[in-house]
Amino acid sequence: MAELAVPIKQVRNDQRLSWLRPAVTAGLLVPLLVLFFRWRMGLLDADPIAEALNQFGLLALVCLIASLACTPLKLLFGWTWPLRVRKELGLFAFYYALAHFTVYLVFDKNLALGAALDDVIKRKFILVGFLAFLVLIPLALTSTAAAIRRMGVQKWQRLHRLSYAAGILGALHFYWRVKSDVSEPLVYAGVLALLMAVRLVYRKQSKG
Amino acid sequence: MSKSDLPPEPKSSDVTPEALYDGRREFIKNTILYLTTATAIGGGLTYLTTRGRLGPGATGASNQPPLPGDLPAASPTTPPTETTPASAATAPATSAAAKVNYDTDEPRTAFNDISTYNNFYEFGTAKSDPARNAHTLKTKPWTVEIDGECGKPQTIDIDTLIKLYPLEDRVYRMRCVEAWSMVIPWRGFELRKILERVEPTSKAKFVAFTTLFDPDQMPGQRGHSIHWPYVEGLRLDEAMHPLSLLAFGIYGKTIPNQNGAPIRLVVPWKYGFKGIKSIVKISLVEKMPPTSWNLLAPDEYGFFCNVNPDVDHPRWSQASERRIGDILKRTTLKFNGYGEQVAHLYKDMDLVKFY
Repeated sequence: MAELAVPIKQVRNDQRLSWLRPAVTAGLLVPLLVLFFRWRMGLLDADPIAEALNQFGLLALVCLIASLACTPLKLLFGWTWPLRVRKELGLFAFYYALAHFTVYLVFDKNLALGAALDDVIKRKFILVGFLAFLVLIPLALTSTAAAIRRMGVQKWQRLHRLSYAAGILGALHFYWRVKSDVSEPLVYAGVLALLMAVRLVYRKQSKG
Repeated sequence: MSKSDLPPEPKSSDVTPEALYDGRREFIKNTILYLTTATAIGGGLTYLTTRGRLGPGATGASNQPPLPGDLPAASPTTPPTETTPASAATAPATSAAAKVNYDTDEPRTAFNDISTYNNFYEFGTAKSDPARNAHTLKTKPWTVEIDGECGKPQTIDIDTLIKLYPLEDRVYRMRCVEAWSMVIPWRGFELRKILERVEPTSKAKFVAFTTLFDPDQMPGQRGHSIHWPYVEGLRLDEAMHPLSLLAFGIYGKTIPNQNGAPIRLVVPWKYGFKGIKSIVKISLVEKMPPTSWNLLAPDEYGFFCNVNPDVDHPRWSQASERRIGDILKRTTLKFNGYGEQVAHLYKDMDLVKFY
């Protein structure tokens, strides 16, 4: 894990790939624009709220898993460019999770906090989703270079390892939500498991 | 050539700076890389979040087969075209004078929403799948077999069946177990008419329904989201209730394939999935028949499945629902608001236990 601490700063100062981070940011915003325009043009399903809710949730999970893929890609192929956009991916996971949570609270629960809390307590699928969202909050708040300096690299990395917990909780949230055909959530869970396996294998190797 | 014949020299401010001129290849390259990357990521995410939902089918009418046209008119005031002794004896409520008004006067859900937002896993598990895929269903020829504990089991062709009794328009609320709802103007006749026609014996306690099984026509049946064919059931007294409808049409038109053509069940006080679609078989039986969602998840779906805001689905609250077209949710009514008509059917039952 320690080998990751060094590249971050070098990478940020490297001007060669100056287009990369703006391009990824723009790409991550595209689904939002597509959703907006489909809504304006009346192309959404009969229940646009449900569609927005589902899309935001899925986008959060995809961004989170993508952010967790950066280190394994470096370990496997020696690529460093994914690490340059890890922060954007992680932040967008948080933004979309926030949007998902907001749609749920405002339109599904009509802002009734009691009913939402009741959901969290009674329903394991909502509980794990809520926990995933809670975990993302401190990670988003400490996403700046200043936070890394303030906390120290080691402590910061320990905190940010929680992103794996958020990923597992998010995948479980999706799996428990689906009514009968669980193949789609299983694909995401599988990718997540694969990424974790890559890390574990390399960790063992570097220790042994 | 004199100097004045030459074009005027560009102003020095118009001259491209040397650094930028030298970097133009770099700039063009970066722009292309930027656009390619943004497009790839945006396209990938859009694909993942809308898989199969952006096609023309999503908007409804464009790739649906044209609607076959008007059904026989609903005519509560005209006498039945054929009066069997059974229906004449037991169906006085349908005569014009005594007709109970079961219609809700709430705003009806748009036809486009009713026909493009469907749970019909035989054609895919996404809501927009059935509208896109159900054109493979052949609704003619079609027969419905009625058998089991009855005196006159029979197999009836759909064209004959639809003319057996005068069709009625019924505007019902439809509450899906997923906490959304619609208001749908159905056209059909009461289920009890056809049951009385076959003369149930004293052993008949339940009615079992079966959907067509044909993976060529219903591609979703090649998957294993449900154990096919889809089956549903009602207790006999529920089936004989005048609210229970066999529907052939929506908005006065032949029912679209994705809504369960050519014949489907509508039981408005129960969750929508009890309304089995594309029925090929109706059996009168002695024992409580299996039902598809109960087989799949018995802790989530019971046999009765009456709309009940007090009994939550294990994974979500049933206390409220979103009427399609609304932004915020509304309170769900017990028995979907039909308590006055049906509560007596369950008066000695624990509805928490029998969900």
